[in-house]
Amino acid sequence: MADTTGTADPAVIAGTEGEGIRRRDFINIAAVGAAGVGGIATLVPLISQMAPSKDVLAESSTEVDLAAIQPGQAIKAIFRKQPLFIRNLTAKEIAEANAVDVASLRDPQTLDERTKPGKENWLITMGVCTHLGCVPLGAAEGEVKGEFGGYFCPCHGSSYDTAARIRKGPAPKNLEVPEYEFTSDTVVKIG
Amino acid sequence: MSFPWANHYTPSHPVMKWMDEKLPLPRLVYNAVGAGYPVPRNLNYMWNFGVLAGFCLMLQIVTGVILAMHYAANAGVAFASTEHIMRDVNWGWMLRYAHANGASAFFVVVYLHIFRGFYFGSYKAPREMIWLLGVVIFLLMMATAFMGYVLPWGQMSFWGAKVITGLFGAIPVVGEPIQQWLLGGFAPDNAALNRFFSLHFLLPFVIAGVVILHIWALHIPGSSNPTGVEVKSESDTVPFHPYYTAKDGFGLGVFLLIYCAFLFFMPNQLGHPDNYIPANPLSTPAHIVPEWYFWPFYAILRAFTFDIFFIPAKLMGVLAMFSAILVWFFLPWLDNSPVRSGHYRPMFKKFFWILVIDMAVLFYCGGAPAEEPFVMMSQIATAYYFLHFLVVLPLVALMEKPKPLPFSITEAVLGSDDAAKLAAKS
Ligand code: HEM
Ligand code: FES
Repeated sequence: MADTTGTADPAVIAGTEGEGIRRRDFINIAAVGAAGVGGIATLVPLISQMAPSKDVLAESSTEVDLAAIQPGQAIKAIFRKQPLFIRNLTAKEIAEANAVDVASLRDPQTLDERTKPGKENWLITMGVCTHLGCVPLGAAEGEVKGEFGGYFCPCHGSSYDTAARIRKGPAPKNLEVPEYEFTSDTVVKIG
Repeated sequence: MSFPWANHYTPSHPVMKWMDEKLPLPRLVYNAVGAGYPVPRNLNYMWNFGVLAGFCLMLQIVTGVILAMHYAANAGVAFASTEHIMRDVNWGWMLRYAHANGASAFFVVVYLHIFRGFYFGSYKAPREMIWLLGVVIFLLMMATAFMGYVLPWGQMSFWGAKVITGLFGAIPVVGEPIQQWLLGGFAPDNAALNRFFSLHFLLPFVIAGVVILHIWALHIPGSSNPTGVEVKSESDTVPFHPYYTAKDGFGLGVFLLIYCAFLFFMPNQLGHPDNYIPANPLSTPAHIVPEWYFWPFYAILRAFTFDIFFIPAKLMGVLAMFSAILVWFFLPWLDNSPVRSGHYRPMFKKFFWILVIDMAVLFYCGGAPAEEPFVMMSQIATAYYFLHFLVVLPLVALMEKPKPLPFSITEAVLGSDDAAKLAAKS
């Protein structure tokens, strides 16, 4: 093979470079290395474009006025294009939730941990079953609430209690409590 | 590669000669599916389904490309554009029904093709690569059909997408970010619909590419046959054309009769009425079921209602569902019997039919609501399914005494083979 960048005699190269590394090996490693890093860097936009876009993220908080919801009533709102359940618990429902031995739960959490201090009657959760994402029943008037009086998912039969904790069926976790804060006594900002 | 006695391509027309020197495409066709490809003389109709699967792929590509000319992949109008195809586009109803029922026909044909492989041991050496590529095609088909079903943006489309992408949420720690990444949002919406359309358009062409590799791999050893005995001499084979072009052509006719009966007389029989209701993210249909061709695997998914050690039920279901197909990749090495065909394997044959019944039970449970007794039936059938592949097949291969094999295909067909007599004499 013709050699155009210098001598091919290893002895001569070793002599001139002093290290025993041929110039070509160095160039080869540097070039392949740079191309590799460049190639991997190109993957970043290719992968990241699939993630939620700015406009989807911009819709990611919602405000709801709770004034009209009576104790024992619940409403469905929309948060991040998914159903959100807001429920005004009755004293009886709160007592039921607190009577449960937390250690016996699949996903142990107390009602207090799932609500805000002083607002224990407001149970705000996603309306998304933690099994495979169906919308459980029990928020709207007349829907079945399941054997634990909270929510019941018709898809594969998960039952949630009055603190929306998983009690029976295939779902692994309690209904998710999103991040939220009370901006006034009756208005919550979710997300 | 082919057998030494294969017919040779000898173009006589000057134009064909000219062509052969520049681009020997006619030669390729002649050697692949023409008179230049010798095929075992004893293939039965179970060997028809490969050609039929190829036909279905072409059918889906042609009808699909046409649907894509009228369909709009935007969550605001997707449902309306599908109805526009049904009501306004000339022959649109027929093209859409042809595509929707074509998907079902494709799966019928491919399932029969796969069970042909199970029974006749087509996955065994030297045909492992053909089998592995086949499993890849099946996985790609499932992905394609799933994404296609989302496109009309009806209730089943939406909730199907939600449940299936929800499966990824079962992966510990990274599950939820992966799910959001796949959907491009927090729930199926415009971003998801658009990417599903893009991939639904692309994947069939990827499948076509893998099909070419599948057939390339097939042409190295050539087709197996119902006896499972390899081709020995010219008398064991006939040229593909005209013998199997004619036989496959007849089979295609029968297939088309059945397909057209569905297409023209009961086009919605295999679909779900719920999918004629526009997608509604706030209300789940009472009974979410996938298309029939996913039922056996859906039953396996739902069979796990209890945690196993530290693995949550939901993750177990997902792992089991994917493993149910991935186990096929190991089939050539799980079944070690040197005899290919189930005809000569009395014990294997019984277990084959038990597997068929087992999968029929899974199929039935996958379409039924998630209640007892179906949950328990799915659990038993799922356990047996894995037992069959991981325990029964290796054991049967060790224990069974196969029936004597014929000397050759010719002997199996004609009752005697001159070559066999010669071999016996010497
Ligand atoms: C492997 C081959 C294919 C399979 C298994 C398949 C499967 C499906 C299925 C199950 C549907 C839903 C039908 C319905 O419920 O109405 C569908 C819809 C659709 N497919 Fe395909 N498809 C394939 C190839 C293609 C190709 C090649 C294209 C375009 C290039 C295409 C374009 C479409 C379009 C535009 C729709 C939406 C319209 C509709 O719902 O009828 N498909 N496909
Ligand atoms: S999605 Fe709710 S129980 Fe399966």
